[in-house]
Amino acid sequence: MATTTTANGVAGARRVGAAGGLAAWWMWLMIAVLALLPILGGKTGLISNYMFLQLSLMIVYAIAVLGLNLLTGFNGQISLGHGAFFAVGAYVAAILIDQASWPYWATLPVAAAVCFVVGYLFGLPALRLEGHYLALATFALAVAVPQILKYRHFEWFTHGVQGINIFKPDPPFGLPLSADQWMYLIVLAVAVVMFWVARNLLDSRTGRAMMAIRDHTMAASTMGINVAHYKTVVFGISALYTGVAGALHAIIFEFVAPDSFRFELSIAILVGAVVGGIASLPGAVIGGVFVQVIEKYADALTKKITATVNLPIDLEPWTIYGIALIVLMYTMPMGIAGGIALLWRRFKRS
Amino acid sequence: MEQLVQQVASGLANGAIYACLALALVMIFVSTDHINFAQGEMAMFSAYLVWQVLQWGVSFWVALPIVALLSFLIGVGIERVILRPLHSAPILSVVVVFIGILAIFHSLAGAIWGHTIKEVPSPFPRITFAGSGYIGPHQIGMVVVTVLLLLALFAFFRFTPLGLAMRAAAQNPASARLAGIRVDWMLALGWGLAAAIGAVAGSLVAPVVYLEPNMMASILLYGFAGALVGGISSPGGAVAGGFIVGVLENLVAYFGNLLEKASGVYIVGNGEKLSVALIIVITVLTLKPSGLFGHVTVKRV
Repeated sequence: MATTTTANGVAGARRVGAAGGLAAWWMWLMIAVLALLPILGGKTGLISNYMFLQLSLMIVYAIAVLGLNLLTGFNGQISLGHGAFFAVGAYVAAILIDQASWPYWATLPVAAAVCFVVGYLFGLPALRLEGHYLALATFALAVAVPQILKYRHFEWFTHGVQGINIFKPDPPFGLPLSADQWMYLIVLAVAVVMFWVARNLLDSRTGRAMMAIRDHTMAASTMGINVAHYKTVVFGISALYTGVAGALHAIIFEFVAPDSFRFELSIAILVGAVVGGIASLPGAVIGGVFVQVIEKYADALTKKITATVNLPIDLEPWTIYGIALIVLMYTMPMGIAGGIALLWRRFKRS
Repeated sequence: MEQLVQQVASGLANGAIYACLALALVMIFVSTDHINFAQGEMAMFSAYLVWQVLQWGVSFWVALPIVALLSFLIGVGIERVILRPLHSAPILSVVVVFIGILAIFHSLAGAIWGHTIKEVPSPFPRITFAGSGYIGPHQIGMVVVTVLLLLALFAFFRFTPLGLAMRAAAQNPASARLAGIRVDWMLALGWGLAAAIGAVAGSLVAPVVYLEPNMMASILLYGFAGALVGGISSPGGAVAGGFIVGVLENLVAYFGNLLEKASGVYIVGNGEKLSVALIIVITVLTLKPSGLFGHVTVKRV
């Protein structure tokens, strides 16, 4: 195929990370507020531990969505199977904690490294696939994941269908925080570092090469960009991001089992990426929040809709997922972040 | 040996279902270049419709054409309403919309009919015959219906003006349009046919795997594998590929068991069916993306 443009030819032309002074200032203020939440909200009792768990999960999904964004949004390779890398990261963390009693923080680099290798290896056959075919191969991966995790020879360390129970770490040095608040801070710190790295990566020579490959693979290779090299490495990096998210998820959720990594998880990550904005870093944050909110509140929301419209059947959350996906593709193909950016530009011009 | 024959026979029966789904996938791929990820859920939905009509006391052989027609209309509707505006959209948008359709059908089936497993009686008479130790009447029925379906489609595309128009629209839309063919409607027709074929596949497999919203996930994966093995651009190839994959699936499990008995080493069994499908998909895609019978597309720069 000659043109591999994704939904976002526009975003690629601009420098991604070139945030203006004002925007950067706002961003640091946001991060500071988020980091102070355990003291501001936790100590005063405004925010419960359960809320902190929810916030942590949102951030975790934001990292996972960022991984998919790097691959699909910035490099033009479609993946319907990122749940697989999420699962690998989660299992690496859980197994190291369970079998080798590693401290939780030490499992993150290992999960990252393992997922990079797995992603890189999957990226090799993916090199020969484009567009629909790559979507198909990753779709197959996503459907097969739970079964692979249940494989009999892995059972001695994955515990098969039962899964692995681990325990949430307590805050060190006798800090006056609950376990949920402490993990929230850890997750937030990891996310800030990973988003910062991603921003710098996209703003570098590598990032420009990634986007050039997305926008026109053949032209990029004529310009001397090693397409195969970049595509596989980006696959690895993307898997690394999603894998770290998986590891964090395992630690804060205290449990992994094959059936938590069904096809639905891959879909959720994709939905998050598309809803937030497939080629946008703020979009990944919006997507992460969306995934967790839908997972938590879609049931209640659908019940409410069913009740207000007086439907004869009980709607299910997935119906809303599906309708949201299709409507969004028509109205805002660049997701919420893209839509907001567009509105902002119009607003500034007029 | 007897067991081997039995495995091959039941593999052929499963293969019939994969062949139907593969055929439906090819219908859409040939005319629009899209891989329909929602095909399995659409077939599942049609199977539920058949069950519903059966509950109203209609016989299976009346219910099937009614539901096939209904599915045809649903398929045409999806193409006209949802996919038409995306004709020149980037691939990612199309894939995402397919996932959206998948999610909608999946959740609607659960919402309307619930998640409890439902049983569908086999429409074929329970008779014994020579060789019925190897293969049941329903299995034979599945193969026969699939072959009949393939012959009917072949005749339709080969001998009717409408079939010719559809082939023309798929092969060369620009010239077909100049010749007075309404290409847009031909694409919608392709979608409708695919949905109808999927309905046949879904209602034939329902008596075997029981009815529940997740029933099609693994079957669709094998349908993909079949379509790819045979060549996703060739209808006959897809049917052959479906049968090949069905037999292969059973043989892998069979030889896996044999190996375990002989040497005590477990490598593959029934638990790894999806992984086998994954390996088939990736191997075919990387080594021979055009499949056994498909034609190689040449890219012009």
